[in-house]
Amino acid sequence: MKGSPEEIAEQVVRGDPAAVAGAISLVEDRRPSATARIVALLHALGPAARREQCQRVGITGPPGAGKSSLVSALAALVRASGRSIGVLAVDPSSPRSGGALLGDRTRIEIDPDDTKMYVRSMASGGDLGGLARAAAAAVDVLSAAFDVVLVETTGVGQSETDIEHVADSVVLVIQPASGDTVQFLKAGIIEIPHIFAVNKEDLGDVATRARTELQSALAQSIAGETWRPPIVSTSAKTGKGLAELLDAIDAHHRHLQKHALLGERRSKAAAVMALQLFARRYGEVGVERAGGGPALLARFREWIAAGATAVEAVARASKG
Amino acid sequence: MRTYSGHSTPKASNELYRQNLAKGQTGLSVAFDLPTQTGYDSDHALARGEVGRTGVPIGHLGDMRQLFDGIALGQMNTSMTINATAAWLFALYIAVAEEQGARPADLRGTTQNDIMKEYLSRGTYIFPPGPSLRLIADTVLYSVEHVPEWNPINICSYHLQEAGATPEQEVAYALSTAIAVLDTVRERGIAQANFDQVFGRISFFVNSSIRFVEEVCKERAFARLWDRLGRERYGVQDPKLRRLRYGVQVNSLGLTEAQPENNIARIVLETLGVTLSKSARCRALQLPAWNEALGLPRPWDQQLSLRIQQILAFETDLLEHEDLFDGSKVVEQRTSAIAEAAWAEVEAVLKRGGGVQAVESGYIKEQLVSSNAARVAAIERNEQIVVGVNRFVESAPSPLTTDGGADVILRVDPEAEREQVARLEAWRKSRDADAVGRAIEALVAAARGGENLMPASIAAAKAGVTTGEGADALRQVFGGYRAPTGVAGARTPSVDTTELEALRGKVAELARRLGRRPKILVGKPGLDGHSNGAEQIALRARDAGFEVVYEGIRVTPQQLARAAADEGVHLVGLSVLSGAHLELVREVMVRMKERGLEEVPVVAGGIIPETDAEELRRSGVKAVYTPKDFQITRILEDLVGYVEAAHAAA
Repeated sequence: MKGSPEEIAEQVVRGDPAAVAGAISLVEDRRPSATARIVALLHALGPAARREQCQRVGITGPPGAGKSSLVSALAALVRASGRSIGVLAVDPSSPRSGGALLGDRTRIEIDPDDTKMYVRSMASGGDLGGLARAAAAAVDVLSAAFDVVLVETTGVGQSETDIEHVADSVVLVIQPASGDTVQFLKAGIIEIPHIFAVNKEDLGDVATRARTELQSALAQSIAGETWRPPIVSTSAKTGKGLAELLDAIDAHHRHLQKHALLGERRSKAAAVMALQLFARRYGEVGVERAGGGPALLARFREWIAAGATAVEAVARASKG
Repeated sequence: MRTYSGHSTPKASNELYRQNLAKGQTGLSVAFDLPTQTGYDSDHALARGEVGRTGVPIGHLGDMRQLFDGIALGQMNTSMTINATAAWLFALYIAVAEEQGARPADLRGTTQNDIMKEYLSRGTYIFPPGPSLRLIADTVLYSVEHVPEWNPINICSYHLQEAGATPEQEVAYALSTAIAVLDTVRERGIAQANFDQVFGRISFFVNSSIRFVEEVCKERAFARLWDRLGRERYGVQDPKLRRLRYGVQVNSLGLTEAQPENNIARIVLETLGVTLSKSARCRALQLPAWNEALGLPRPWDQQLSLRIQQILAFETDLLEHEDLFDGSKVVEQRTSAIAEAAWAEVEAVLKRGGGVQAVESGYIKEQLVSSNAARVAAIERNEQIVVGVNRFVESAPSPLTTDGGADVILRVDPEAEREQVARLEAWRKSRDADAVGRAIEALVAAARGGENLMPASIAAAKAGVTTGEGADALRQVFGGYRAPTGVAGARTPSVDTTELEALRGKVAELARRLGRRPKILVGKPGLDGHSNGAEQIALRARDAGFEVVYEGIRVTPQQLARAAADEGVHLVGLSVLSGAHLELVREVMVRMKERGLEEVPVVAGGIIPETDAEELRRSGVKAVYTPKDFQITRILEDLVGYVEAAHAAA
C-alpha cells in the first residue's frame, strides 16, 4: 500500500475499507524491512484504536460449534443497530504446506457498497496455533476504524486463550451434547469467557442439558467476581437468542466502562500478548536474555501504559 | 428416448421440441436456465448473462404456455429438470395443461425435485434443507392425490458421481436422500396403501461411468438395496412397488475436451453399463453430446446421441435376451461388495442424524470432495489413464475441430436475454396487480402455516405471479441458505510428488519476497453451481502453500470485487461453467478496476471455447484454463509466476 504510515492511519481512522485492507496487509508483512512501517502505522493508530467506545469482541469455541453462522448473524445484527463493524476470522494454517483455506465457513453476507462493514480472513500462520502477531495488530487496525470488532478464532490450541489478550469481551460458543463443558473445565478455559453461548438451541433437550451442566460448573468458578458470565441459548438457524447475545456483549462492555476496567484490562492484555509474541519469536533463550519473563512483562506494561501497542513494544524490546 | 434440451426463449425451445418429436423422440426433457432454476426473474442482477443459456427461461404462465404451444400435454410425457423451484414449475405446468383442457390425472412426467443433491453438486438450491424437504413432500403428497401418473421426485445419484462419488457413495447418498424424503412423507401422515404407491413412484436418476462392468454391478446392487429398504424400513409388501426404477444420463465427467471424437466411444460403452443387465436395466436413457466439454451442443450433436440409442435398441440383439449375468460369480461378488459398502455408508449417514443433517454438517460434501481429489490426483499421476489426455495424446489434425472447437458448438443469441426481459416487463404490465398481490400473500400464508404449498402455487401461477416473485415469497418465510463447501474438511491424497514439493518451495520463496504468503481468491460468479473445478483448485493451492479464500458458489461480481479488496489478495481465479464466462469475468474485472485493483492478476477457468479465451485474454485475463488443463499443480505454478510479475511491477 502506497503512502506513509501516517497517511494510511489517517484513512483507516476515517473508516475507509480500502485503507483498512492495505493496513492489514502491511501488518501481515513479515519482512524485517517492514517492521519500522508497521510500528509507525500502529503508533499513529494508537489513540483511535484505544477508544473506549470501540468494542472488541472475541468469539471462540471448538470446531463445529457453529461459530461462523453465529458471527455472520451477529455481524448483521450489529450493523442493523447502526454501528460499523469489522470482522477478523482466523483459520488454522496447514502444518504440511503452510497454506490455508480461509473464509470457507465465514461467508458473511455483505452489501458490496456498505463501507461500514468489513470482513477479513487470516491464517494463524506458523505460530503454534496461537494468534499471529498480524492478528493482534489487525485487531488494532480494525479498532481504529470501526465501532465493533469481532474476532473469530477456531478454538483449538493456543488461540482460544490468546483471544483474551486481544478482546475486551470473550464469547465462548458451546455445542450441545459434545462434552465440551467437561473439557473446558479440565483445561481451565471456563474462566476466560465473559459470555457463554450455548448454540444450536433448535436441537431441544440436549441444548437445555448443556446449559444446565454449564450453570453448575460456573457456579463454582465465578464466586466473588463482579461480572457474572451470562449463559445465552442461541440458534443462528432460527435467529433465537441472537439479540440477547448482543445485549449481553453490550452489557459487558458497559460493565467494563462503568467500573473503569477497560483501560486496565486492555493494557494488561496487551502486555501479556506482547510477551507471548516476543517468546514465540525469540524463544525461551531470548526471553532469558532480555531479563526474564517477569521483568520483560513489567517493561511491556510500562511502555503500553505510555501509549505503545503490543507489537510496538515487541519491536522495541527486540532492539535492546 | 429423449434429449435434454431447451435454450434461448420459450418460443425457440418450442420449435426445437416440435422438431425432436418429429424425429422420433418419445417424450420431452426440459432444460431450464439458471435464473429459473434458482428462482430469479430474467431481469435480476444475478441473472445477467445467464438468461436462456443452460436451458429455457420460464418466468411466468405466458412463458409456459408458449413453451408447450401446439403440444398436447394430456398425451405427452414430460421430464422437467427442476429442483428448488420444482413445485412452482409443476404448478405452471398444471395450469397450462388445464388451459389446454387436460385433467391433472392425465398428466405424465417427472419433476426432478431432488433438492438434496443440489447442496452437494449442482448448487441450484434456494432454501435451507428443512424447508426444501417440505417442498419435496408437498409435491409428493399432492401428486399422489391429484396427479397419480406423475413422478414427483427423481432422486439423482448422477450429480454425485459428477462431483466425484465412488459407486458405493453414489448409491449410499441417493438412498439417504430417499430415506429423508420417505420419512418426511410418512411423518406427515399417510395411509400405508398410499405410502406404498409413493414408494413405487420414487425413481432415480443414475450416472454411468466408463468402468462399465462395475456399473452393471452398481445398478444390480442399487436394485437390491432399494428392494431391501422398501421391505425392511417401510413394510412395502408388493415386490413390484419395490422395483428400482431409474433413468440414466451417462457420464459427462469423463468426457474430454482433447480429441473430443473419442467421447463417442465412451458414450457407447457407458451406455452398456446400464443396459446390459436386464434385471437392472434403466427405464429411460439420455446421452450427452460428444462435444459437451467444448461448449453447448448443437441440434446435430444431440441427434447423434439419439441415434446411438436407436442403434442399440433397434439394430443390436440387446433386448432379445434374458439377464446375461444371473449366475456370474464375478458379477455377483462385485455386486455384493458394492451393496455392503453402500449400506454401511447409509448407516453412517443415519448415525449422523440422516441425510439432511449430513448435508448441513458438510459430512457428505466432504466425502465427495475427498473422493474427487483422489480421482483428480490419480489422473495427474497417470495412474488413471484417460486416452488423449494423459496417454496417447498425439493426434493427426482433426477435421472436426479446426478452430479449437469454437466452430462446433452452439452460440446463444445475445438478443435472447433482452427479448426475454422485454417479454417479462410486458407480462408484468398486462396482469391484474391486485390479484397478483393477493396470490403472493396467500402463498406466504401457506408457507407460514404449513399446509401443502401446491394449491397456493397453482393459484399464484394462474394469477400471473412470476418465478422470481414466487420464490421471493418463500424466501421471506424460509430464508436463504449457503451449503457447506466441504473444502476445509476434505482429505487430500498425499500428492507429495516432486512436482508439488518443488512448487511448495517456489511458493515459500514467493512468500518471503512478498512478506506474507501469497493469498488468492477463488470465485464462482453468477448462478452456475458446478464447483468441482473451483474446489479442487482451492484444495491443491492450500496444499501448495497458498492462502486461499473460497466462498462457495453464487457470488455476484460486485461481491467478488469487494472480497478481493477487503481480503488483500494477490490474485483472483474465476470459474464459470454455464457459458456466461465472457459477461461475468469481464464484469468482475470492471468492478475490480473501480476499486483500484486493476493490477491484481485475474485468471479464468471453465468450459471456454478458444475464441472466447482469446477475447478474455485480450481484455486482460492472464490465462484461461479449460478441461484439458488437468494438471492442477502446473496451473498453480503459472499463478506463482503471475503474482511474482505483478509484485515486480508494483
